Amino acid sequence: MSDKIIQKQDLPDFLKSLKKTYEVFAPIKENGFHRFKPLKGEENIDLNFTNTRLSPKSLLFPQSERMFEFNLDEKSADANIVKEAPKDYPPAVIFGIRPCDAKALRVMNVNFDNPEFRDPWWVRRMESMTFVGLGCNEPSSTCFCTSVGSGPFNEEGLDVLLFDLGERFLARTLTDKGEKLLDEAGVKKDADSAIKKKADALKEESEKKISSKVPTDKLKEKKVNDLFNAPFWDDVAFACINCGTCTFLCPTCWCFDIQDEITKKQGDRIRNWDSCMFPLFTLHASGHNPRPEKVQRVRQRFMHKLKYYGDKYNNGVACVGCGRCVKYCPVNIDIREVFKLMNDL
Amino acid sequence: MIEYVDKIREIAKKILEEKTVDVIIGFKKGTLPLMTEPTLINDAEKTDQLYWSSFCNMNLANYLPKRKEKIGIIAKGCDSRNIAVHIVENQIKREQLYIIGVPCKGMVDRRKIISFLDGKEVKEIIESDADITVKGKGFEHTLKKDDYLQDNCRTCMHRNPVIYDTMVGDLVEERKDPDPYDDVKEIEEMGSEERWGFFSNLVKDCIRCYACRNACPLCYCPTCFVDESDPQWVGKSIDHTDTMTFHILRAYHCAGRCTDCGACQQACPIDINVRYFTRKLNKDVLALFNSEAGLSIEERPPLDTYRPDDYDKFIR
Repeated sequence: MSDKIIQKQDLPDFLKSLKKTYEVFAPIKENGFHRFKPLKGEENIDLNFTNTRLSPKSLLFPQSERMFEFNLDEKSADANIVKEAPKDYPPAVIFGIRPCDAKALRVMNVNFDNPEFRDPWWVRRMESMTFVGLGCNEPSSTCFCTSVGSGPFNEEGLDVLLFDLGERFLARTLTDKGEKLLDEAGVKKDADSAIKKKADALKEESEKKISSKVPTDKLKEKKVNDLFNAPFWDDVAFACINCGTCTFLCPTCWCFDIQDEITKKQGDRIRNWDSCMFPLFTLHASGHNPRPEKVQRVRQRFMHKLKYYGDKYNNGVACVGCGRCVKYCPVNIDIREVFKLMNDL
Repeated sequence: MIEYVDKIREIAKKILEEKTVDVIIGFKKGTLPLMTEPTLINDAEKTDQLYWSSFCNMNLANYLPKRKEKIGIIAKGCDSRNIAVHIVENQIKREQLYIIGVPCKGMVDRRKIISFLDGKEVKEIIESDADITVKGKGFEHTLKKDDYLQDNCRTCMHRNPVIYDTMVGDLVEERKDPDPYDDVKEIEEMGSEERWGFFSNLVKDCIRCYACRNACPLCYCPTCFVDESDPQWVGKSIDHTDTMTFHILRAYHCAGRCTDCGACQQACPIDINVRYFTRKLNKDVLALFNSEAGLSIEERPPLDTYRPDDYDKFIR
């Protein structure tokens, strides 16, 4: 681990040199909101954001991913053989990822890369990516990362963490990948102890700025059935319109559906994001739907995030406190309130 | 508009106590300053949870279909028109409803305020009749509500509820003939390729979350065509053709039924104004049939009726 200095005025050159080795994804403001996009050339990277509207999860887990291809032409030698769709996994950097979003990728990782299953696309992308985090100087009032095992300068899942100190960044390398990246970009200048102190103070100050807190201490000991049958679900779910805003904006929601799309004799097997809010998510081929009502679907979302995930993986909750669902739920269903209801039942 | 709160609570309490209704559907105060949450109240003692502000932007008629109880519902102009559409389309019975009408001077578009503040966060708001004061860390601005209204509210011609059982305040003055379709005319003037480009660009970032559809009171089909799986009509990926198919077909399903309440636009998490699709249809239905949705509970929507004396030969 080392602490280096990147002057802000040198940022364009830094990114330029990264682009020699890596595909660089960075926050770009387009149509009024921020999201991670590949830096091509002229676009302006914009670091004036709290959280990007869309989380960077799509860079590892695209909303629609072509997994396999197949050919239904009986005359063809490879008829009916499912083949992996060819893809490149060039070295890439996610520059400016927030610590909560980096933590979210760790939350998802236990699902996509575990002793039982290794999702090849996820694993290859994880291996090819280097995560350069940007700590949060001004967390939003909807941020509650410190309650759920993260923080505005949390290091988990990052290779480099940047501290924005005004004129310059302190770049803290956290892994060998991170060391290598700064080395390749020619970042050499070490931070002196006064600057390190400043960075530590900034971190402390930012953590204090997190005004939103949620309780999680009793979730583990609660009985699943007690939570499942809790009296508050109808009330929580009433306003819900069962759209996919919360799940699609969520940096930790990983559910997907696999579909075959066929044009003439050529087929693609595609993995698409799915949402537990949608009735189709659980519809069986028989026509039976085990979650026919929205209250069951709303309960599922919160139970999965706050209870089942923790019980299964012993890895905290499947929420990193980014506040996206809080801000963009069209009917203001606030997960912070549900934390309280479930924890304090 | 904020002054309606006490009156709403008073009426709601009374009709619950007198058992005129079993439940009230209204809004409660949001957990964020620029938000409100639709709510169901079934206890007269809890009516003080009801709230009203210039951010009651969802359409409460959306919560009516298939309900069995007697319902008291808070309705601004557009909500009342969608209630009328529901009644005509047999989604709810008039006798089941006690409509608490709210004369409306327009809803404030939170996105316009957020955009004005350019990243600064609103911590508190204070509303008066014409102004809204937004406060946050190191700033305080008093804004004219009229400058920050939702686009659909700017051109709304039916601010007063069209059907109601009681009203929470005096009727507001209706707008005097604005031209509500300026922006539609601009699109009409485009060539077909340019127009296709416009709509393609409009939905290019759509994430298929269906917030627009689900916020829409008209979209009550038990299974939407995009959710049919046997056969599956529309692909599930974010392929452009599938996304366009969803938006265009949905808009056509709303032709002659849309009240331009704006819930679809307000619900979209990535700020797509899907009203561009429906507004052209509203304009055409007005021009062709002299009809606006939801103004009467007697008349069926124009695309849902047949007249022997129809002026078009092909249908006779």
